[in-house]
Amino acid sequence: MHHDQATYTSESDAVREPLLDEKGTATVDVSADSPLPDDLTRESLTLPNPSEPEIARHYTRLSQMNWSIDSGPYPLGSCTMKFNPSFTEDVAADPNAAVHPARSDRSTQGILEILYRLQDVLAEIGGMDAVTLQPPAGAAGELTGILVAKAYHEHHGTDRSEVVIPASAHGTNFATAATAGYDVVELPSGDDGRVDLDALRAAVGEDTAALMLTNPNTVGLFERDIAEVADIVHDAGGLLYYDGANLNALLGRGRPGDMGFDVMHYNVHKTFATPHGGGGPGAGPVGVTAELADFLPTPRVREATDGDGYERFAPPESIGKVHGFHGNWLVLIKAYAYIARLGDAGLSDAAAKAVLNANYLANQIDLAVPHGPFHHEFAATAGDRDAADVAKRMLDFGVHPPTTKWPEMVPEAMLTEPTEIENKASLDDLAAAFNVAFGDDDETLDSAPSRTAASRIDQVGAARTPRLSWQALHETE
Amino acid sequence: MSGSPYAPHTDAETEAMLDAIGAESEEALFDIPAAVGFDGTFGIEPRTEREIRRECADALAANDDLVEFLGRGHYSHYVPSIVDHLADRSEFLTSYTQYQPEVSQGFLQALFEYQSMLVELTGLPVANCSMYDAATALAEAATLADRVRSTTGDVVLVPAHLRSGKRAVLENYCDGAGLTVESYPMADGIADVDALADRAADDVVMVYAESPTVRGCLEARLEAIGSITETADALFVLGSDVVALSVLEAPASVGADVVVGEAGALGLPASYGMGLGIFACREDYLRQVPGRLVGASEDADGTRAFTLTLQTREQHIRKERATSNICTNQAWVALRAAIHAASLGPSGLVDLANDCVTDAAALASDLDAIEGVTAPVHDRHHFREFVFRTESPAPAVASALETDGFAVHVVDDDHLQACVTDLTAGQTDDLVAAVTEVI
Repeated sequence: MHHDQATYTSESDAVREPLLDEKGTATVDVSADSPLPDDLTRESLTLPNPSEPEIARHYTRLSQMNWSIDSGPYPLGSCTMKFNPSFTEDVAADPNAAVHPARSDRSTQGILEILYRLQDVLAEIGGMDAVTLQPPAGAAGELTGILVAKAYHEHHGTDRSEVVIPASAHGTNFATAATAGYDVVELPSGDDGRVDLDALRAAVGEDTAALMLTNPNTVGLFERDIAEVADIVHDAGGLLYYDGANLNALLGRGRPGDMGFDVMHYNVHKTFATPHGGGGPGAGPVGVTAELADFLPTPRVREATDGDGYERFAPPESIGKVHGFHGNWLVLIKAYAYIARLGDAGLSDAAAKAVLNANYLANQIDLAVPHGPFHHEFAATAGDRDAADVAKRMLDFGVHPPTTKWPEMVPEAMLTEPTEIENKASLDDLAAAFNVAFGDDDETLDSAPSRTAASRIDQVGAARTPRLSWQALHETE
Repeated sequence: MSGSPYAPHTDAETEAMLDAIGAESEEALFDIPAAVGFDGTFGIEPRTEREIRRECADALAANDDLVEFLGRGHYSHYVPSIVDHLADRSEFLTSYTQYQPEVSQGFLQALFEYQSMLVELTGLPVANCSMYDAATALAEAATLADRVRSTTGDVVLVPAHLRSGKRAVLENYCDGAGLTVESYPMADGIADVDALADRAADDVVMVYAESPTVRGCLEARLEAIGSITETADALFVLGSDVVALSVLEAPASVGADVVVGEAGALGLPASYGMGLGIFACREDYLRQVPGRLVGASEDADGTRAFTLTLQTREQHIRKERATSNICTNQAWVALRAAIHAASLGPSGLVDLANDCVTDAAALASDLDAIEGVTAPVHDRHHFREFVFRTESPAPAVASALETDGFAVHVVDDDHLQACVTDLTAGQTDDLVAAVTEVI
């Protein structure tokens, strides 16, 4: 199977679709007609001035030079690139959903009802007692959860300075702990790819605020010793944080709350299929046990205390806010619609098929997979080949490659997560792309890709001479 | 329904795949000890598309249909149809971060263009391709100030008129960085520059000012604030929004080191507070910028190409030493804002911004003509919104207006705030009549 991505070439051959400003700009004399005094205004404004037909073609052409889930397989490990059901867009496009955040509770009962129901189903799915929907992305959810843990410790008069994180964790975990003001204690991976209990015992102590854990972990392994892990952390007085990136593997079969986790985030753009949008918006709701509920961000939604409808309220020991308003509402409503569409059986089946697909794909490829049994994702190794080069070659076959060179515990890792949406034929195509690329000679890999809108892009040059705007670019052209 | 409608496996396929793996069943693939497993149910009944659309539409119908004269950080203007239709192309909507730039030129170019528009609007050479919203952008500016300032100070100065939600976010990030937030006083709706000068001592790492302010006032002395901040060797962070920036003095010209604010005023409908955080700064701080940056490069054929760049700042490489923990951001909202800006063009943007000044002034004037109302309370130039005083208790007035179909902000017991955009400009007479009636 091959795939030629659409591309456009301008007259000069040196550019594809021209930049908007190259299609023509206009300069407006701002101060001339301004209702404001000159000392407040700029003199002029110069921006692109395309006609509507030009805009339609420009962005349509750009879209055709962009890979997406709807284009083909997108097995980016740890990103859970599921199909995004179209109907959820229509649910979110309801004009009654387009409401200002400062509106009163009594005039926004519809929104509050949906938020309340979503809090409720997320709590159920995670085995948690209380949920906030405010964090606008997964990393924002992490920060919320760690701030809640910090507030909890401070409330109980203990001063704890460290967050323990396995070496294989997402980079956001480390950055989140640092943002919250904690020192990071990195936990080396055990030989089997899981948490080493002895190493954990040595790492935790009276300074431990929390252990952040992804389960299944970032090579897809379930932390079988999770009950002992929880005991070790709890005995030291710390809290156990669940990174929800891999929750898709657990749906209906395991709940973080039942495993001893005290706080978790959900990535609704992963597990609950809201569109990734080229890098957001997502949403990162946070669930906690009853002990931590009072510290969640303000406001949350509850049934009105007078028994009529719903109302927002401030948890008594709230950490305050992590988003200026109420987070990414138009994303949250899509997650609600997705969960409602699947129901118990569908959610459980999503996990089953995600795990089946990962296992089948791993079975069909020539690359070794050092760690197992894995669930919804696996880390294959490209061995003595460069994983990044293998990935570039895969692009020629109408598939998106896996996440490469991460996690580091697997050399030349290709972290692969096909999700439940691929059928057998699609997985066979994906396996063929893996196998051909893995078997190609160095020269072929080095010159790949060739059937994409752009051939291999010079990343080093981009960083050495940063040109981050058309203004900077045109100065050097 | 027995499974996910989006998992396409036939029973025969599932069997064939299990055979290939050598597994007896799907369940046998799970390695979850029974003691920590879950064999209960969530109690979620699956529904059809049609049922869910009806369910959500019925629920949302419980929202009152009010004319929203609301702003204070969340603004909506008319979004042209083409924005929805182009941004909803699934090649954009169902893609993710551009880790493989060779197949992601489209989104990368769109984000590069978005960055370029912000460079023009701010006058600063570096703009990232989004933060979550204005509040988190401000908070990230504070952590940047902490990293780049050599002073030993730990104070972030903010205006007394700062929306409480925004300040709450700032305080959370400042707490982690060991910074404290203090406010400086206002003088008739804008910064009290003399008081600020007195306070801007060695312990200050950052001074934040907004124009327009949360009350809609345009800062008259930004240059003076810039000088005071420079003298204190602190970072001058200016907050604004994408529409206001199209007519206001470019932030770089008044000495701003960093510009934060809201770009979701373009491209987004009212969305219960969803945002698009602006983050732009001087070249000196390039390697300290939070979030994603798209840069120009070329491919092996020598053709211009775009790629995410300077990623060694980011969490997936630098971990706890990253400039921010942000990963997923608001990329698709940035795409929408860029399409909206392109659709308006510079003259459309400037017209829209000028109307924000004249419409607000006209509404204030009409309200001021009502006996028992003083509008605006601040003798300043306003953008979109203004605070007005009512002789009757403000909360009661707002409540009565809501019953009449209008939403306005309650600032305190004596003051209300109204915001007018192109979406509500045609209904200001109705609001004035309702206020007259209620007062």
